[in-house]
Amino acid sequence: MTDRVRVALTVNGERVDAEVEPRQNLVDFLREELQLTGSHIGCEHGVCGACTVRVDGTIVRGCLMLAVQCDGDRVETIEGLSDSGDVADLQAAFCERNALQCGFCTPGMLLTAQELLLQSGAAPSREQIREHLSGNYCRCTGYQAIVDAVEAVALARQGQTP
Amino acid sequence: MKRTPDVAPIVTALDRPNSYIGRSVPRPNLARLTQGRAQYVSDITLPRMAHVAFVRSPHAHARISKIETTAAKQAAGVIAVVTGAELAKVMTPWVGVLTHLKGIKSAPQHPIAVERACWQGEAVCAVVARTRALAEDACELVEVSYEELTPVTDAETALDPTTQVIHPELEDNLTFERKHEAGAPDQGFAQADAIIETTFRFGRHTGVTNEARSIVADWNPGEQRLTVYQGTQAPHMMQNLFAKHLGLEEHQVRVLTKDVGGSFGIKVHTYADEMATVALAKLLRRPIKFVADRLESFVTDIHARDHRVKAKIGVTRDGTITAFEIDDLTGIGPYSVYPRTSGIEANQVVNLVGGPYTCPNYRARARVVFQNKNVMCQYRAVGHPIATSVTEGLVELAAAQIGLDPLELRRRNLIPDDAYPATGASGIKFEALSHHACLAHIDSMMNYAGLRAEQARLRGQGVHRGIGFAAFIEVTNPSAAFYGIGGARISAQDGATVRLDATGALFCATGVTEQGQGTEAVIAQCVATAFGVPLERVRVLTGDTDNVPYGGGTWASRAAGIGGEAAWQAGKALRANVLAAAASILQADPKKLDISNGVIVDADNGRERIGLDEVARVVYFRPDTLPPGFQAEMVATRHYVPRGYPFAFTNGIQASYLEVDTDTGFIKLLKHWCVEDCGTVINPQLVDEQIRGGIVQGIGAALFEHCVYDERGQLLNGTMADYLVPMAPEMPDIEVGHVVTPTADSELGAKGAGEAGTAGASGGIMNAVNDALRPLGATPITEIPMTPDVVLRALNKI
Repeated sequence: MTDRVRVALTVNGERVDAEVEPRQNLVDFLREELQLTGSHIGCEHGVCGACTVRVDGTIVRGCLMLAVQCDGDRVETIEGLSDSGDVADLQAAFCERNALQCGFCTPGMLLTAQELLLQSGAAPSREQIREHLSGNYCRCTGYQAIVDAVEAVALARQGQTP
Repeated sequence: MKRTPDVAPIVTALDRPNSYIGRSVPRPNLARLTQGRAQYVSDITLPRMAHVAFVRSPHAHARISKIETTAAKQAAGVIAVVTGAELAKVMTPWVGVLTHLKGIKSAPQHPIAVERACWQGEAVCAVVARTRALAEDACELVEVSYEELTPVTDAETALDPTTQVIHPELEDNLTFERKHEAGAPDQGFAQADAIIETTFRFGRHTGVTNEARSIVADWNPGEQRLTVYQGTQAPHMMQNLFAKHLGLEEHQVRVLTKDVGGSFGIKVHTYADEMATVALAKLLRRPIKFVADRLESFVTDIHARDHRVKAKIGVTRDGTITAFEIDDLTGIGPYSVYPRTSGIEANQVVNLVGGPYTCPNYRARARVVFQNKNVMCQYRAVGHPIATSVTEGLVELAAAQIGLDPLELRRRNLIPDDAYPATGASGIKFEALSHHACLAHIDSMMNYAGLRAEQARLRGQGVHRGIGFAAFIEVTNPSAAFYGIGGARISAQDGATVRLDATGALFCATGVTEQGQGTEAVIAQCVATAFGVPLERVRVLTGDTDNVPYGGGTWASRAAGIGGEAAWQAGKALRANVLAAAASILQADPKKLDISNGVIVDADNGRERIGLDEVARVVYFRPDTLPPGFQAEMVATRHYVPRGYPFAFTNGIQASYLEVDTDTGFIKLLKHWCVEDCGTVINPQLVDEQIRGGIVQGIGAALFEHCVYDERGQLLNGTMADYLVPMAPEMPDIEVGHVVTPTADSELGAKGAGEAGTAGASGGIMNAVNDALRPLGATPITEIPMTPDVVLRALNKI
């Protein structure tokens, strides 16, 4: 087995020093070493989006990035974004609209939706929302409620009512 | 944001002050799930916990001649390497048969294969290590010598005398056969002016739950108790099976189910690798965790729907259906799945074909055969999509043949709304359905005439759109007729225990489980309304065999209709108990008191008398002040099982509007509608979301999903990159409407809604594609998934 590698990173605002196996991916590191189990593992090859986390402000697939690659980086997960209130309006809209059933895809879905809403100037259309969420798999809802919730927040942030 | 309007309850018994029945109240567990603070089984870590990984057979059928484990046992972090023969000393094998499926047979299945592997992906050896990664490393060091055997892969030839028999002791590869004849089918076909005969083919697909199957088993030798954390739909069923096959008493086993990352029928079965995990925990005397990875899921989660149905319909020129006939063949893998069997889906197809219609003439045969592929078993809407696609496919082909509008043909043949109770040609009993009301509702909701006009106008511009329908019936609220009478220890009844806590809040423990569909909300709504407290004063516990009443769990759309009624009755019973205590405190007549919004009030004028917190204070802390001989009972338990009908059938109709690109074969879904009747609607938003999610699961089957096997029994597309599932951009918006016909079998009147969406979606889409292609002279498509090459072949372009 390859020797462990020392890394230092910030996770949800806390400094983390760790020794990681070079083969360990980011989401396994977050879940197994830091017990941040809000980021989930669905497919382990970048297709389902359940492991979506933020690294230095950009969302990434936690299963396609290695923990050693995050040395010196700022990592944010759903636990941190919940505590900071970053996605509070999206979370409230998801609850209001029942935009989740089993909830397994929801942390990844929220981070992906937030990226769209932070990017776009005008409120995105339903088609743009669907397109942006195209890499996040949900087996329960059929997506319509999720699109409704994201659309409602997009409009609310523009000062409009849905 | 589109909100579903609240539906007023229509049953007077439910019309309590501050009723929550018929209201879209939010689910109490949602905030936790949105914050990443859920507890799925895959999140659980216990002290001394080890991880198991499995060496799996690369062959569909092979004799295991030798397993060399020495190198694996010496690998870093390895705790144990265990073969099937070794684990067979800890756990007994099982056979997936039920006595009410006459003649069904299967062979004993072990937690880990012993001597022979019967499908690609069957576990042949277990490696337990400190981490999952180390266990997988050591799996690479296990050397298994295989002697390949001829695999049986094609269901069509599985019964040929020249085909190898997979389990020689069973004498042939026939698992189960059912024949049914009603009325006079030959006479019916003789009376027909047109007979349409075709073959429908349904692709094998699977559930792809977002969270894979997960289990943590913890054997405590000090307590002689097994605690199992499992993402399951049926905790009590699993408690029984773990105990039975480990040689324990049921009370030595506790099954805990917290958050579950999707089920859909995938997590209601016995899986060999999960049984092995439990056996390993007992053998190694420590907690063992198994979480299937996605590649394992594709070759071990049950598959479903691999059916070939030869089907025939007769119709007169005036549009009367004169007969239905089907011959269903399905291959279910090498074992009938335990304990529900793999005969149920074919049995359902026989039960449901022709179900919405008055036609009494029906002949059916269904054969279920063994093959060397992954096992098949019950998945959301068991048999319904097959029966509905066959029936509704035939109906629309018949309508086209005689030149009658497809909705009009249905109007002339659907069982009239005033003809109930009624019995279907397969013998199924309907209490009260509403096919015609649903048809009228969808006709206006979708503006059918307007869509037909738009379709014709666009046709002139070379745009090929199609409209297709699927009327359906759905089996819900099953009684013991489903499994109990066949000898399976799967509870048909369910229970609820409601307790008044010392501050006046309510606690409810229920036997039904939460898989994300909203059970906790629905149970809380029933209790809050029946008892008379604000919803936020009710806390619900599910999924703990030590602490909830014995129950069946979540399957066959039973949680709201059966679990909800038990909770409703328990809430009423506790209200009576609390009123007795309040009357005793107030020296009043309990009949003249009620509970409203958490306060004891005068029943006639609503005047507030005493708070629940005060009743609780006296009862718990100052019972000395109550009259001598009065004992307050602040806990009530009630159970419920439907007795009037074996199943509460629901009904509805779906419509699909889509556009076909005749150059590429791509299908674009423009809109989908569903009108359904699940009786009393407890929570409209949750019902609508069950319908939508179910429809999208049916869309996946119709257009994308297919477990593709080669002739050697190798799954060719077992990854999420290769096996396509519905994603957001391709999905349409779905409009849902309701007709409400409560069941008189319960006071709530609620029937199930979990599977109606999946039941009708694929049939409606198939009909819409054929509607789009018909004027182009295409061969009607009768297979799913309707991939682009299927469409182009129908158009004779490839």
